Amino acid sequence: MAVTGLIWVIFVMVHLVENLLLFAGPEPYNRYAHFLVSLGPLLWLAELILLVALVAHVTAAISLVLENRAARPQRYVKLRSKGEPSKRTFASMSMIFTGLTLLLFLIIHLKTFKYGPGIEQGYVQVIDGKQVRDLHRLVTETFHNPIYVIWYVFALVFLGFHVRHGFWSAFQSWGAAHPRYTPILYSLGALVGVALAVGFIFIPIWFYFFVGG
Amino acid sequence: MSLMTLHLKVWRQAGPDQPGRFETYTLNNVNPHMSFLEMLDVLNEQLIKEGKEPVEYDNDCREGICGMCSLVINGIPHGQLPRTATCQLHMRHFNDGDTITIEPFRARAFPVVKDLVVDRSAFDRIIARGGYISVNTGSAPDANTIPVAKEKADAAMDAAECIGCGACVAACPNASAALFVGAKISQYILLPQGQPERPRRVLRMVAQMDEEKFGACSNHGECEAVCPKGISIINIARMRKDYRKAALGLL
Ligand code: HEM
Ligand code: SF4
Ligand code: FES
Repeated sequence: MAVTGLIWVIFVMVHLVENLLLFAGPEPYNRYAHFLVSLGPLLWLAELILLVALVAHVTAAISLVLENRAARPQRYVKLRSKGEPSKRTFASMSMIFTGLTLLLFLIIHLKTFKYGPGIEQGYVQVIDGKQVRDLHRLVTETFHNPIYVIWYVFALVFLGFHVRHGFWSAFQSWGAAHPRYTPILYSLGALVGVALAVGFIFIPIWFYFFVGG
Repeated sequence: MSLMTLHLKVWRQAGPDQPGRFETYTLNNVNPHMSFLEMLDVLNEQLIKEGKEPVEYDNDCREGICGMCSLVINGIPHGQLPRTATCQLHMRHFNDGDTITIEPFRARAFPVVKDLVVDRSAFDRIIARGGYISVNTGSAPDANTIPVAKEKADAAMDAAECIGCGACVAACPNASAALFVGAKISQYILLPQGQPERPRRVLRMVAQMDEEKFGACSNHGECEAVCPKGISIINIARMRKDYRKAALGLL
């Protein structure tokens, strides 16, 4: 859980930075996307690592949740958090819910963009005399669909919550805990969660309102 | 000092596989200086006088050191006061006219025996798998003949404070025993006497914890908040690190 989750956190951070290129305009964005695809086997390796990590993460998550439900067959009529120093939060209690939403998001996301229309469908830009896929146009069009934007915002708020608990939790699960550094990691988890959510949400909102398409 | 009136919603269950239900009782003469258990004693006196069956609940030392008392009081194991066992929780922390909900610790690994009494022998079976040092170490050595760093001695003493009450399991959304087992393993990891059996201790105790069908820790940290001894979840991390190393043969 810990290692696979952190692999994805790293990917998601890199992915956010890459996508900030959207604001630089179609040419730099499409050029960079083309560069990634042209990496070939190197990109496939990264995708394979992510896929294996995801399958392991989701499998472990589902078996963990089933095991934990079974560990308390008779629920409490009344159970509440005692507060400090408890780290039981909405984020920690809803990991499976936010996680499964992210899985659904990921499937739709890949279908829309990675396996969406390309050069053959006319999404093409000529860069340095070469035809490359015009992903910038696809992103712009997609983010003008209000339903897609609302779903996107919703799912990314969930990403923020998932990372809010997941980030520090991964270190704790790995056995990396320290009276001085664990509180820092806990706060950093909130920061990373909020930064990822805000960063990613900013993109569709901005495109919806301010980029013509 | 005025006496209080309290309404108690108490879980009653005739036996392990019987269905349970809440019964509500009203006590009119609660002295605010009573402990929670003394208040239940008064309830039982009243029930016996009325010819009803008294409520079963666990207790022993009544001074916060044995780990025998339990109860989930208004949704919190051992009640709302920080670092306090139920026997040390006094009625002055409640208000006249309050309704107090009292449930047993709930976990598959802690089956209800009767009413509020649960069977916590799963903890004993975990300890039996390695929560000790096998050889007789003789009488206490002279001070400082075996050097132990001050921070390690402090951390070992903190872990050794665990009284085995099981509140950590009761409060955990996953009914995990990780805090208890982490504390019991940590006190030996940190001291020279614990080193020879270190790998097999963690492997065997964790295996037994799983066999007892506790849930798996996902770091909600609620255990530390309800622990009457304030055992830190750092002990859970320490256990996991040792477990990983021991499983890979690196310890
Ligand atoms: C795609 C479907 C996903 C599912 C179903 C899922 C589910 C879960 C669940 C149930 C947990 C266990 C935590 C608990 O029980 O409290 C967890 C932990 C975690 N998740 Fe996810 N998750 C998913 C995606 C992600 C993604 C995309 C990331 C990264 C951005 C991520 C990062 C983490 C991290 C770092 C942890 C903590 C691991 C640990 O404490 O050992 N997860 N996830
Ligand atoms: S760790 Fe705390 S709550 Fe858990 S058994 Fe020990 S004393 Fe009780
Ligand atoms: S009765 Fe011994 S700790 Fe409460």
